[in-house]
Amino acid sequence: MSEFPWLSILGAIPLVGAVVVMALPRGRDLLAKQVALGVSLLTLAWTVAIAVRFDPSAGGFQFAQQLSWIPQFGVSYAVGVDGIALVLIALTAVLTPVCVLAAWHDADAGKRSVKAYFALLLVLETMTIGVFAATDVFLFYVFFEAMLVPMYFIIGSFGGAQRSYAAVKFLLYSLLGGLLMLVAVIGLYVASGGGPQAFLLERLLGTSIDPTTQKWLFLGFFFAFAVKAPMFPVHTWLPDAASQAPPSGAVLLVGVLDKVGTFGMIRLCLPLFPDASRWATPVIIVLAVVGVIYGALVAIGQRDIMRLIAYTSVSHFGLIVLGIFAMTTQGQAGATLYMLNHGFTTAALFLVAGMMVRRRGSRMIADFGGVQRVAPMIAGTFLVAGLAGLALPGLSSFVSEFLVLVGTFTRYPAAAVIATLSIVLAAVYILLTYQRMCTGPATEETKGFADLTRREAWVVAPLIAIIVVLGFYPKPVLDVINPAVTATLKHVGATDPTPVVHVAEGTQK
Amino acid sequence: MLHTYAASGLVASPASGVFSLTWLLIALPLAGAGVLLLGGRRTDGFGHLLGNATSWAAFLVGLALFAGLLGRGAGSRAVGQHLFSWVPVGGLQVSAGLLLDPLSMCFVLLITFVGSLIHLYSVGYMAHDPDRRRFFAYLNLFVAAMLLLVLSDSYLTLYVGWEGVGLASYLLIGFWNRNPEYAAAAKKAFVVNRVGDFGLSVAIMIMFATFGRVDFVGVFAGTSHASSAVLTAIGLMLLLGATGKSAQFPLQSWLGDAMAGPTPVSALIHAATMVTAGVYLVVRSSPIFDAAPTARLLVVAVGAVTLLFGAVIGLAKDDLKKALAASTMSQIGYMMLGAGLGPVGYSFAIFHLLTHGFFKAGLFLGAGSVMHGMNDQTNLRGFGGLSKVMKITWLTFGAGFLAIIGFPGASGFWSKDKIIEAAFVGSGWQPWVFGLAAMLGAGLTAYYMTRLFAMTFHGQARWSDDVHPHESPLVMTIPMMVLALGSLFLGAVLGPTGAITGWLEPVVGAASEGGTVLAPTVISLATLALVVIGAGLAWLAYGMRPVPTAVPAATWATVAARRDLYQDAFNEAAFMRPGQYLTRSLVYVDNRGVDGVVNGLAALVGGTSGRVRRWQTGFVRSYALSMLTGAAVVVAALLLVRL
Repeated sequence: MSEFPWLSILGAIPLVGAVVVMALPRGRDLLAKQVALGVSLLTLAWTVAIAVRFDPSAGGFQFAQQLSWIPQFGVSYAVGVDGIALVLIALTAVLTPVCVLAAWHDADAGKRSVKAYFALLLVLETMTIGVFAATDVFLFYVFFEAMLVPMYFIIGSFGGAQRSYAAVKFLLYSLLGGLLMLVAVIGLYVASGGGPQAFLLERLLGTSIDPTTQKWLFLGFFFAFAVKAPMFPVHTWLPDAASQAPPSGAVLLVGVLDKVGTFGMIRLCLPLFPDASRWATPVIIVLAVVGVIYGALVAIGQRDIMRLIAYTSVSHFGLIVLGIFAMTTQGQAGATLYMLNHGFTTAALFLVAGMMVRRRGSRMIADFGGVQRVAPMIAGTFLVAGLAGLALPGLSSFVSEFLVLVGTFTRYPAAAVIATLSIVLAAVYILLTYQRMCTGPATEETKGFADLTRREAWVVAPLIAIIVVLGFYPKPVLDVINPAVTATLKHVGATDPTPVVHVAEGTQK
Repeated sequence: MLHTYAASGLVASPASGVFSLTWLLIALPLAGAGVLLLGGRRTDGFGHLLGNATSWAAFLVGLALFAGLLGRGAGSRAVGQHLFSWVPVGGLQVSAGLLLDPLSMCFVLLITFVGSLIHLYSVGYMAHDPDRRRFFAYLNLFVAAMLLLVLSDSYLTLYVGWEGVGLASYLLIGFWNRNPEYAAAAKKAFVVNRVGDFGLSVAIMIMFATFGRVDFVGVFAGTSHASSAVLTAIGLMLLLGATGKSAQFPLQSWLGDAMAGPTPVSALIHAATMVTAGVYLVVRSSPIFDAAPTARLLVVAVGAVTLLFGAVIGLAKDDLKKALAASTMSQIGYMMLGAGLGPVGYSFAIFHLLTHGFFKAGLFLGAGSVMHGMNDQTNLRGFGGLSKVMKITWLTFGAGFLAIIGFPGASGFWSKDKIIEAAFVGSGWQPWVFGLAAMLGAGLTAYYMTRLFAMTFHGQARWSDDVHPHESPLVMTIPMMVLALGSLFLGAVLGPTGAITGWLEPVVGAASEGGTVLAPTVISLATLALVVIGAGLAWLAYGMRPVPTAVPAATWATVAARRDLYQDAFNEAAFMRPGQYLTRSLVYVDNRGVDGVVNGLAALVGGTSGRVRRWQTGFVRSYALSMLTGAAVVVAALLLVRL
């Protein structure tokens, strides 16, 4: 295919940027930061250009590019985006500059090289874009594993006191998942008959695999994605990793990297193994619902603000998985939209919490109090981010959460009703935290808090703006997501349940 | 396109002419809130002026729309305005759309008029608060959200307004959150409301699964074909939502604590408008409740229980604001009861909601005026004799007092009497139980309001020497006077003339007279007798005799009422403590159990004799890296074999 390589260039920009940053002379930390910010903004601009050229009504993969890479083993370099991938690439492209700006001083105090930190952030962006854009299963796997490396170093070299433990735990969990996935990838090659384009998604979608093999392959992929997402009960690496990582690292980890797990379920598990997906659905629905409630309850009991945010994500990932496996248009569109919204919401929560932690020098919720008095802007943005986290109608996550729940209800009413209980728990964990940290009289330690600096304001303003705008007008994003969701459901062979009562067309709005 | 949405065949036409301004009702106060919140301290100087301007402007738009509706025939007084497509996914197509009909019009006028009066009052009340600008931003936000709630044309957009008012309520209850108790009260209100929101969410899900629609037109068009089990489920879930927002039993516990908010907030949000949203929800959903008698019966029961529950608490409260809050709970119980009665009660529920909006807002503003003059005290035992020093407050409060006890001719008399009468309609045990409960409530109301009125304004002065009570400034007393006029005359204008029933008939159906198990005159006279007895007993106990400043020892019944009938103790024992225990044990399990098992397994596989501590050693890290290398080698080997 001779189309202009929009996506390859998109992936290359941050990688080249990382090389440039590393090539800068020692001691030019500010320049390294500026270059990193510039590169990430350029990537964002390129993403916008792609998004503008994307045709939501066209369907299929767009900006597709395909090269033979290792034909002997059937591996191609093939990239392309549908609506779901585009949305997640956009999330990455928005969050990276925000995180670079937020991380401005994260690496200053440590002994490690400052420029390396920013280069790692950019490398991570390349890997993430790669995994979202890959339309070859092997290429997907390569990016999936390669992604671990920069993240491992971000946590292990620039994190908090327990960083080694957290980084190794993160790596081990991910590798375990990755290895199973590798086995499944090889199994897929065998089961699908090999050939020079063995791993091409387009080709694989047409192949039928016998049911037993499907189940094993599905489990291999699904386990890897469940660890990555992370789903209950393989979630315990996340709170450690997220609380030990620097705030920007935590954002990219929870906001973007984890989405690869749920994205993988939609991109690979459902369309490649439709029968196995339907076979596994009941168990997955149960685990997802347990995760929703369990994550929320454990979040309520946390004392460390970063761990608390991580556990809220466990709950929210439960909802995303629930939406995916409800196999309805609303559920899956909601899940995809939730991936996007959760990215922005969690970013805002982690980053504003990080600003408070930096000022106070402690992650313990009990060490704060009365922040609203001394730093109203910080408290205000924290509250807005929190309200988005509890899915307040009018803010972005509400639309996605409601879609997931309503889409689940049409097929699994009991699961949806139990999951809906989480809206009460969410109110508890968010508002209790806000109450403890931001209300009451200011303490001796919080008294001297400075309000948002100009740089910090630029970090949170775009996030808050997106959270509000997507709450009121999610249609442009939904229009992009919907065709891709319809295509996925067609592969699985799922159709939406029809309403019990047919309301006459005469009353159509 | 025209479409009918009510049983009576009322059709909503697309907005044109003056009605194309409907969206401004919401946009004006929303813009005010936006400017004041984003503008920050730069807008401190004119925050209160802008807040007032947007609210009053919305009232003027409301008047213009009202005139527009009046100019139409009764059958065509409904206008739909489509704004934009909000959530379009497959079969679910929700647009942001507004519906202006006689029912929402009532609310628009109540919200913008009483709301604007309270904005005006707040200029004086909050004059010395350093955060006055933020206060007005939140008030504007509230008005916008409340208008969205009543103007929405679908349950999902209604839900946005529903939680929007909850947010404003949260922010305003916790406005002085430097006080940890106030911050806790704000959180409590939000969390309890979320329990109700769970009901509303599930109701909307059932609607979508059943009808494929969540807009009023679609849902109501489908009700005639849906099974009664489904309709009952929807009705019960809607009722759960209503009990949260309207502080009805069993989700009533947050309202008393909500009095932590500045008094204008108590007047506007926790008396006149927001807490009545549950009643709006039930009346708006009349096509569903009409077809679900079981759900309706439960609505009536909730109303009856709450009206007595609130009244009993009100009997014993020594805190001016908390006594009024208990009274609000009780009065909304009346409205809920009326709404649950079906077509005989819908329009009277709304009628009482309107008159209550005036007299309760007036009572709260009066209470604020008393606090203003009494160093923010709220203890009734520290008042007394204020009628001499705060004449305007005394008179305006007196008007509200007459209205709420149902003094013949005052507003509350017309509206409450109609609900009590409607409660006696029917056959079997229900009219007797609910009718007598409503009647008894009237007697209790007369008792606690007379007690409150006497303890505040009459008897000997009991305030300490450092308090110098004085009348409030005009900016506060003018709104009080306007509301007092409403408390006295609004009922007579709307009730006996048939104006309110006629106006609402296209939406909720005709309120047929008759069918009571007792003659209406008997009901009225008996109610009046109870009111006289209640007021008389309270006057003897608190108006004629000296009131002790210390809280006297009391029977178990009084103590129970003082402690809100142990609602908090119950919630704490039934939910909070077990909840805390549950979360703590889950955290423990998560750290030790789930994580421990996985850690242990990994350590076992790694042959490190299960000692988790080794994770932190370089040994395990090299193990991890060797695993990564191993994976790479495997991949490379596989590639090589093929090569």
